[in-house]
Amino acid sequence: MKLEREAVTHIARLARVHLTDDEIDTYAGQLGDIIGHFDVLDGVNTDGIEPTTQALMLRNVMADDVAGPSLPRDVVLDLAPTTEDGYLRVRAVLE
Amino acid sequence: MTTTTPATRYETVIGLETHVQLLTERKMFCDCSAAYADAPPNTHVCPVCMALPGVLPVMNRKAVEFTIMTGLALNCEIPPFAKFDRKNYPYPDLLKGYQISQFDMPSTQNGWVEVQVEGEEPRRVGITRAHLEEDTARLTHKEGADGESYSLIDMNRSGVPLMEVVTDPDMRSAEEAREYLLKLRQILRYMGVSNANMEEGNFRCDANISLRPVGSAEYGAKVEIKNMNSFSAVYNAIQYEVRRQTEELDAGRVIAQETRGWVEDVNEAFGSDFAKGSTVSQRSKEGAHDYRYFPEPDLPPLTVDLSYVEKIRAALPELPDAKRARFQSEFGLSLYDANLLVETRAKAAFFEEAVAAIEDPTDAGRLRFARLIANWMIGDFTRLLNANETELADSRVTPKRLYAMISLIEQGTITGASAKSVFEEVFRTGGDPAAIVKDLGLEQIGGSDEISQIVDKVIEANPKPVADYRAGKQEAVKFLVGMSMRETKGRANPATLTEILKQKLEA
Ligand SMILES: [Zn+2]
Repeated sequence: MKLEREAVTHIARLARVHLTDDEIDTYAGQLGDIIGHFDVLDGVNTDGIEPTTQALMLRNVMADDVAGPSLPRDVVLDLAPTTEDGYLRVRAVLE
Repeated sequence: MTTTTPATRYETVIGLETHVQLLTERKMFCDCSAAYADAPPNTHVCPVCMALPGVLPVMNRKAVEFTIMTGLALNCEIPPFAKFDRKNYPYPDLLKGYQISQFDMPSTQNGWVEVQVEGEEPRRVGITRAHLEEDTARLTHKEGADGESYSLIDMNRSGVPLMEVVTDPDMRSAEEAREYLLKLRQILRYMGVSNANMEEGNFRCDANISLRPVGSAEYGAKVEIKNMNSFSAVYNAIQYEVRRQTEELDAGRVIAQETRGWVEDVNEAFGSDFAKGSTVSQRSKEGAHDYRYFPEPDLPPLTVDLSYVEKIRAALPELPDAKRARFQSEFGLSLYDANLLVETRAKAAFFEEAVAAIEDPTDAGRLRFARLIANWMIGDFTRLLNANETELADSRVTPKRLYAMISLIEQGTITGASAKSVFEEVFRTGGDPAAIVKDLGLEQIGGSDEISQIVDKVIEANPKPVADYRAGKQEAVKFLVGMSMRETKGRANPATLTEILKQKLEA
């Protein structure tokens, strides 16, 4: 199953990700495969099985309290559409 | 309560939600440093805390431990299973569009803390929960030259571990709310889990306030107050809000369930006995916010076994209430004095170190020295710290030096009057009290010969008061004692000196 190009472009815009034409084709295929997989899952009989939000059944995955390096600021700021004095700049949003 | 009439008609019901930044090295879910206070904007940022697609959070073990510690200190249950959830709301301070928090299965719940307003009986305030979440980015609101308003985002704070402590609606006055906050701050600082400083923004409090007719079991409509950035702001905002809601109810109006912000220094609607400032409506709450909570799929849940909890409990420091009770029973201190000594962990530690230095092997001697140490700490020492705007931790006075100085008084090497000068010198230089006494020549004049000579001189130089005394004017002796003490530079024992003086006058 392949997703429509328009759907991929729309999702990319919502995620603020810029895609080239080739990438749109690639992701249309990949996203389509992922969504198609739900049809497979739908076919599984889950009667009497507790719902879960975790597929791997992992517990207590934690990191020690040791700080590591962050990204250089110019790399961070390059990812934002608008910046000012080292900050990201956005339109005012009233709560 | 400032006025008595509303208090008889309505009961005030207050619950507090306090956000506490935890003192970890790393952020909650990524490796960025959590120490952002002095960092230039957007320098503690990585793909996780700026919410790039496809990243995976990994929780900070220390933050989980700090939360359980806090839960234990607040007498909470530590459920064997806890999980994280996504709290969805669109606002630019949330880079992901949701905050990772704990919704229905928090790490700690159902506790209490004892709070005492001066002059009232101690009361328990229920702790609904202390759960773990992440802080948001910081927004600065600006206005451009064209009048367009916009916001600047600094992501350094995004993802810093944040603990939210929620109380039951158990407080009944602004005083009680303030005592609760002071107690919470004290406990957090004792454990070293947070700086808990309101002005620095790492201890932030929102208040839920409602009124109900006295005797009613039902709660009134709840108003949430935000933007209180100091202890006095919390106190003043609650006072204001109680008064406002009282007036609304008295006028027959219905209290709207809403969020209001505390704004300082605006209007004086309720007259001069109220602090300047008022609460201003921010938004109405149509029922509960729809945050569309759902379990965080990227974070495996936590199982907490009993042995782990007990290990954390065993490692907790002695907390202020327990310490205060022990100081009272072990050293016979008053509640008031013991409270002052346990105010900070550093102060209590200073007292305990000084007490540990006591050489007197008798129980009576130990109690006597302990009380003297407490008196000096609460009296002269605190006065000097305040006058010099110094913290105890930065002071040059060590517990051993304070004890050594008190020993000099007790041994009769110096008088109480000289001790004040000696202590000031110890405070100034950090020097050894015995050496300071030598340098300043402050040894107590022991021999009555030396005192005798000084007294003779004073009698000779002051014939009028001497004659007055001999003529029956008893108070005249005070002047002569004062003159003699000045002559000795405070180095004589006043009782001995007075006795010698009287003998000579009456001879
Ligand atoms: Zn990060």
